[in-house]
Amino acid sequence: MTTTHVAPTVQKLADTAYRLRERMMTMAADKGEGYIAQGLGIADVLAVIYFRQLRFDPANPEWIGRDRFLMSTGHYSIALYAVLGELGILDDELLATYGLNGSELPMSTFDETPGVEITGGSLGHGLGQAVGMALGLRLDGGDQRIICELSDGELQEGSTWEAAMAAASFGVGNLTAVVDANGIQADGPMVLDMEPIAAKWRAFGWAVEEVDGNSIEQIVEAFDRLAVRPDDTPRVLIARTTPGTGVPTIVARDRAHFVRIGDAEWQNLIAELEENRG
Amino acid sequence: MAKLDDRAGGMGEIADIDGPYEVAPFGTELARLGEIDERIVGLSADMSKFSDIIPFRDRFPHRYFNAGMAEQDAVTMAAGLAKVGKVAFCATYAAFLTRRALDFIAVSCAHSKANVKILAGSPGLVNPYGATHQSLEDLVVLRSIPDITVIDPCDAVELRHVVRTAAETDGTFYIRNLRGKVPVVFDEDGFQFEIGKARLLRPGHDVAVIGTGFMTERALTAADAAAAQGVSAAVLHVPTIKPLDTEAICETASAVGRVVVVENGLRVGGLGSAVVETLHDAGIHVPVLRIGLGDRFHPCGSQAYNEARFGLDDAAITEAVISNRWEFA
Repeated sequence: MTTTHVAPTVQKLADTAYRLRERMMTMAADKGEGYIAQGLGIADVLAVIYFRQLRFDPANPEWIGRDRFLMSTGHYSIALYAVLGELGILDDELLATYGLNGSELPMSTFDETPGVEITGGSLGHGLGQAVGMALGLRLDGGDQRIICELSDGELQEGSTWEAAMAAASFGVGNLTAVVDANGIQADGPMVLDMEPIAAKWRAFGWAVEEVDGNSIEQIVEAFDRLAVRPDDTPRVLIARTTPGTGVPTIVARDRAHFVRIGDAEWQNLIAELEENRG
Repeated sequence: MAKLDDRAGGMGEIADIDGPYEVAPFGTELARLGEIDERIVGLSADMSKFSDIIPFRDRFPHRYFNAGMAEQDAVTMAAGLAKVGKVAFCATYAAFLTRRALDFIAVSCAHSKANVKILAGSPGLVNPYGATHQSLEDLVVLRSIPDITVIDPCDAVELRHVVRTAAETDGTFYIRNLRGKVPVVFDEDGFQFEIGKARLLRPGHDVAVIGTGFMTERALTAADAAAAQGVSAAVLHVPTIKPLDTEAICETASAVGRVVVVENGLRVGGLGSAVVETLHDAGIHVPVLRIGLGDRFHPCGSQAYNEARFGLDDAAITEAVISNRWEFA
């Protein structure tokens, strides 16, 4: 049986995003650290992608007919693990090992983890593989779609633009890129200005939508608009997200790329998440 | 004014073919395999003509993807195609693949054990354009990447067999591609290629020449010349650099007590180094002379010119096999 999404309500998706954030907080609290800010930021986007857009079977993550989600920013793995936990593909016991010595859930994704399509984290690898997958599935006459997540910092990798050129040139309309534009990279706020991001993608021949990536309503509507674009046009959703969304103390942090927080404080932050539940 | 004979030559064809040859063995074999196996797709990075993949492209245009001048994308697209069930043959120049797209070969392909077969054209010192196009370090670098098979075929016959084996075997392969008119050294009848197996082509008791790629043909020539002067040279052909046939190397070296390694690439870190490491680890203490390229960027020049200048030609190898010389000038 495949999961087909009978248009869950915005409220239902918001509830899902909340649970994803809860799961991430639990995973990070166990370690005292993690790429939690990005994870919290992209939770709404992932909720819409996995619980409204993608076609897959949680009981059979390898089902050949599935749509593919590629997380190119492998260091956001905590967010992907939260999704896979929510789907029952990864169990709670395994999730608790996130980032530990020898864990099957490394801090940067590894494609041997069930439900994880590619090894991410060496940035600039995702979109090219997404183009290859889109071409291969199209060659077989399948109607599967590829959604490939990228980040704004990752747009600094030249290989991403090589892939963007190829996608438009090969007319892979079964590919949607999602750029998590959260305005941070390892050295702090955007080291190189990547704006105007939307104009760059348009110039490369892509259909573009740009939304508040923490508004589920906007994300849903943007995917709907992209869905009716011509079949030979690759699509990109630029999602403006706020790192740490849901936990104001993390949002307020200057250095949110990698978050380290003392044991005691995590409980306060989890309480904050609950207080700010939408 | 330059004489016509001084021209450096064209796009990396093997020079000076006296004997039999085949044209475009890689592309011809890939087109043949494409008829049998629909999973096979081809890619290049604006090097279709110069990597001999044209026969496949012309036969299966819908299964062929040219990434343009974008090696990183060619490699990642190949990985993506592989991950949805294709067998992706990606053919362009070795220099661009291994220097520019190395991270993509390592992470997108090898780390995922993706069914990607990289056909690296103009390997070693073949290309006449100078340092930018010469791939002297590819074997050195690729040998260090886990979960990848690295093969340097000797001739057209072996290349065809390697391509077939790669198509039938899961995983990431790096194959040095011999393009254009490629010499035929081996007899097709009864020819066998097995991943990770070296072949003793000639027995001998004074010295063993261990060769890879088309340098093995020169090892055979050198062995003939040595025999004429009373030196009995064994020739061990090692097409698979990784996984390395350490057993055959140890056996051969132990039996003769003196080894010359010949390769079309850097002396540092390639097959010669692998042989030295292997023998050392096994406690086999025999002298090993490594014939390969020195630590420098090499100039523009025809294959024959550069090989004569830098000591890879028949005369240099023969001299090393016959003499007891153990260091380079």
